Amino acid sequence: MAIVTQSSKLGNVLWPTLAWVVALIFFFPIFWLVFTSFKTDADAVKPEFLFFFTPTLENYTNMTENYDYWRFAINSVITSTFATLFALAVGVPAAYAMAFDPSRRTKDILMWMLSTKMLPAAAVLYPMTFLTKNFLGIFDTHFLIILVLCLINLPIVIWMLFTYFKEIPKEIIEAGKMDGVSLWGEIKDILIPLAWGGIVSTALLTFIFCWNEAYWTVRLTTIDAATLSKLIEGNRAPEGLFFGRLAAVSTAAIAPIIILGWFCQKQLVQGLTFGAVK
Amino acid sequence: MKFSGTTALGLTLGIASASVAGAESLTIAIVNNGHMINMQSVAEAYTADTGIELKWVSLEEGVLREQVTSDTATGGGQYDVINIGMQEAPIWGAAGWIEPLNFGAEYDIDDMLPAMRNGLSYEGTLYAAPFYGESSMVMYRKDLTDAAGVTIVDNDSWDNVRAAAAAIHDPANGVYGVCLRGKPGWGDNMAFVTTVVNSFGGAWFDADMRPTLDSDEWKAAINFYVDLLGTYGPPGSEGNSFNEILALYNEGKCGMWIDATIAASFLTVDGVAYAQSPNAGNPVGANWLWAWAMAVPTGSPNSEAAHDFIEWATSKAYIQAVADHPDFGWGSVPTGTRASTYAHPEFQAVAGFAAAEMAAIESAAPEATDLKPYVGVQFAAIPEFPEVGTAVAQEIAAALSGAKSVDEALAAAQSAADAIMVEAGYY
Repeated sequence: MAIVTQSSKLGNVLWPTLAWVVALIFFFPIFWLVFTSFKTDADAVKPEFLFFFTPTLENYTNMTENYDYWRFAINSVITSTFATLFALAVGVPAAYAMAFDPSRRTKDILMWMLSTKMLPAAAVLYPMTFLTKNFLGIFDTHFLIILVLCLINLPIVIWMLFTYFKEIPKEIIEAGKMDGVSLWGEIKDILIPLAWGGIVSTALLTFIFCWNEAYWTVRLTTIDAATLSKLIEGNRAPEGLFFGRLAAVSTAAIAPIIILGWFCQKQLVQGLTFGAVK
Repeated sequence: MKFSGTTALGLTLGIASASVAGAESLTIAIVNNGHMINMQSVAEAYTADTGIELKWVSLEEGVLREQVTSDTATGGGQYDVINIGMQEAPIWGAAGWIEPLNFGAEYDIDDMLPAMRNGLSYEGTLYAAPFYGESSMVMYRKDLTDAAGVTIVDNDSWDNVRAAAAAIHDPANGVYGVCLRGKPGWGDNMAFVTTVVNSFGGAWFDADMRPTLDSDEWKAAINFYVDLLGTYGPPGSEGNSFNEILALYNEGKCGMWIDATIAASFLTVDGVAYAQSPNAGNPVGANWLWAWAMAVPTGSPNSEAAHDFIEWATSKAYIQAVADHPDFGWGSVPTGTRASTYAHPEFQAVAGFAAAEMAAIESAAPEATDLKPYVGVQFAAIPEFPEVGTAVAQEIAAALSGAKSVDEALAAAQSAADAIMVEAGYY
């Protein structure tokens, strides 16, 4: 009995300590990034100034005055928001159909959708550039970026929603049908309220994926639709150590998503575990 | 009458404003190096005078190449002015992807360093104007070599360089004898490695453009490089390129660094001295030649205005404007492009590396020779080179890290390069 109590006390100390250590290791790059953003470029590369330095807002001033941060930020908000909304608008009915009215091919379709994520993006870079620029004339537009972000995240959206919807008893939907509820009513009045937590988790994760996407947003834009990913990418210098300004740009780019994640931790964990945590 | 820089700037801007009245804005793709960042501030005067809005698209070097390549190849007209390097300029000029450049008499093209002009031309026609240029040289800590009783001279022998590195190597006190690029990439480790191979009498290709990576010269050069950097370099050198070594050097951890001359303007440690790149007696030499240049892609809807902008941004007047700018000065002017820059006493006063840099650029030999049947010092000006260089770079880095022997790495490199050249239809 005494051994069990002692072991339990040890566990009470050990596991939280371990969790804190792991959390601090994961948090250190963010901490370093934020700290560096308040250093001059010269101080940013000197190890002796890791913790003790004279803070400056020079990098942030430079970022807003010379790099037009707000234009990139607004583009990120527009493209991520609309891509998420469109992905949900397509994903909810698709997942509903597959969860409550599956066919023999449903599993194959789900696997096929997931397999599209396995295509290397670089393989279609040239056709995408050529088609969007020379044929469709939509290169560097919000429409194109929203479309691309929506499509590349759609498989994940459908899979996540499908997983949530599968956990809703089929009988509830059938009861609604027997009461004469229309298809739209089933989705609006029964499905969405019951799966609201899952839909929010899916929306949050999709928004984060859209915000962080860098391959296509860098390559399919020039100025008009360029997002924060492009601003960060452009601040990497092959010859010169401009870590202070790069850190400021990166901090400003990730800050909105970190704040969003902070307030929505519960939903994010639920989303990341695909509904396994209830 | 004294023809001041301000007068020259005003005259150039006046000419520019008179001739480009039709364009409202220019989209300019640049890499985010220091001189390009400064240009965005200096160019506010250009906008004020011409009324042309300049839209800067700052891109990472690899992404810029990728995006500009796809844009020019598809005739997209996405950019009006693009930053390109010396490797691309003659190839893209020959392919018709960029427009030939012709400037007025005031531009004084004869002031442009001949090596730069030749390197950015194809069949005698200039296709890109150099914004800043560089060669490579030895940047060593004279306080350390003096204390160790060794000397490093211009075009020293590699044996002496190795001996000097051994003498100043003091890892217990955090000082490594030599810092060199080891990070894989055709513009990273292979830039330096190619110059070593050149100086050992080797070349990338023979007269039939067959790779010669399994030759005795390559084996000798790579064995020397791996031994030098492995023995006297900092740990983890296979992850170091320009920026990583610059940080190490400024922390006082490198006794010697052989790299781009532009690095000299970023060094903050005391006691740095310069010497021309080592050489094993080969006529090709071991100093490279590179320029970040500006070109007008074919298909630019504002071609005329783009030409005028380049004429201004690569002129003597622009250099004077940087020198006169309250945030910059002569220590920040773009170097390696014009002889007149090096003649300025104000520049000489603040740039202790000026004479060494100019000598390095002037002595670089990019021309094709019997020994090296292609244009370029640290690269070959052929479209396939980035692919070949990247494949070989991985093998050399593997040899440096000890994952493979030099012979194994070169055999694999030869095989990969051979496959690329066969597929490209060279033989």
